[in-house]
Amino acid sequence: MGVGIEVTNLNAWYGSNHTLQDINLKIPANHATALIGPSGCGKSTFVRCLNRMHETNPIARVTGTVRIGDMDIYNDAQPVEIRRRVGMVFQRPNPFPTMSIYDNVASGLKLNGYKNKRSLDEIVERSLKNSALWDEVKDDLRSKSGASLSGGQQQRLCIARALAVDPEVLLMDEPASALDPVSTSKIEDLIFQLKSQYTIVIVTHNMQQAARVAEETGFFLNGRMVEFASTHKIFTNPSDKRTEDYITGRFG
Amino acid sequence: MAIKTSSFRSKYRAATDFMVTGLAITATILVVVPLVAIFVYLLLKGASSLNLDFFLKNPVPEGESGGGMANAIVGSGVLLGIASLIGVPIGIGAGIYLAEFGRGTKLANAVRFTADTLNGVPSIVMGLAAYSLIVIPQQHFSALSGGVALGIMMIPTVARTTEEMLLMVPNMIREAALGLGLSNWRSVLSISVKTASPGIITGCMLAFARVAGETAPLIFTALGNAFWSVNPDREIEALPLQIWVYATGPYEDQHRLAWAGALVLIVLIVLAVSLVRYVTSRGVLKGAS
Repeated sequence: MGVGIEVTNLNAWYGSNHTLQDINLKIPANHATALIGPSGCGKSTFVRCLNRMHETNPIARVTGTVRIGDMDIYNDAQPVEIRRRVGMVFQRPNPFPTMSIYDNVASGLKLNGYKNKRSLDEIVERSLKNSALWDEVKDDLRSKSGASLSGGQQQRLCIARALAVDPEVLLMDEPASALDPVSTSKIEDLIFQLKSQYTIVIVTHNMQQAARVAEETGFFLNGRMVEFASTHKIFTNPSDKRTEDYITGRFG
Repeated sequence: MAIKTSSFRSKYRAATDFMVTGLAITATILVVVPLVAIFVYLLLKGASSLNLDFFLKNPVPEGESGGGMANAIVGSGVLLGIASLIGVPIGIGAGIYLAEFGRGTKLANAVRFTADTLNGVPSIVMGLAAYSLIVIPQQHFSALSGGVALGIMMIPTVARTTEEMLLMVPNMIREAALGLGLSNWRSVLSISVKTASPGIITGCMLAFARVAGETAPLIFTALGNAFWSVNPDREIEALPLQIWVYATGPYEDQHRLAWAGALVLIVLIVLAVSLVRYVTSRGVLKGAS
């Protein structure tokens, strides 16, 4: 089951660049939440702060509090632990190129020392079914490399890989921006199904996509969160002038 | 609207294309010709002296005919085995440090500079180093000291190719691994190094092939040995050493054996490299890059 996320006074820096300023918001459990905003506004940095990926860059710094479920991720836990509970799907599909489809999906468990072969088979099958890829790859699980799939299939493989570790939250950083429309709609259908089991945070440049998949939408601009409300409200009756300008295409 | 091309421009373009292609082909031929020429010459000169005795018998005293290089072939194997045991793990370890853990640190820069310098040190100096560090304290020549000299020579090549190959692994692959909750060391070993492994193996093979033909560092370390020996603590024969001794000797029989030895040395290096490539390429999946 998904858990809620509560962010309080979150600030983030890259070197001297203050990329996130005083972010406060509550993301409800088992909802899809979309983050929109022009390039460089900080939305990717924001999701990378939710699984402590931001700090893997040596010049990056974070202050503030992020609670995921009952865990304060910057004070109570190690990054490794958090990332098992908060899965991530990246902008460009990044399957492990030397591994088979099976090993890609199983990698998070296998490389963390999980040994039970029979249940590993079940987890791989379930994850691939959940990411709507099973029927396309079930005959080549062990014989084909993850890199041999098409871009859209690779991205669904990456989703399966993230699901296999059984996270509570799934972060998606523009998961469909490198994909064609058919693959994009498959990913969107997937998000729809997955939110019954996970809390989903999706960064997107595509406002129709936000409108289609998300219950709540947050609008970021210049490192600040301008507005956070139900998707319906953001797209029909935003309270901030800047949000309105952005969604009506007057800038960005 | 169709674009008009003047016939002069299109002819000029075709001529340039022809010339550049021609230059590239010429350069390729210039690369291949010496290699083929050496190999053909070795075959002509050495193949006639190759027989079963060459592989099964030890050298005979000067002036007698017959004999072989069995001890030198096995000796080279022992020396290269010791060298690889030293050069490959240390080199790969250093390369991993340079690319994954020490990026941008002063220590990494110092290590990289040292490796590049070490790569430029003449091989006879490596021999002298092993001589003063191992042979003098032990007061006798040994296969071990020769293997150490060759092993140290392998380190910079292995380390720098490992580093280069790891740097070619896209960062998004590392992020994928960390995003799954893998610890950093696990991600480095199971993801980065595994992804870069074909290139790393090539680097090891290059280093191996380079030291396999070295003579100078063995002169005052392994020394050479007319008799059968596989003991790392004793003097040992090596193919390049034996070739050197025979080629500079006065006897016609020895000259022929030297040619045969050179041929065998090259063929064995090619075989060893091919074998490693074959073994490590098994299990590579369809579409893996």
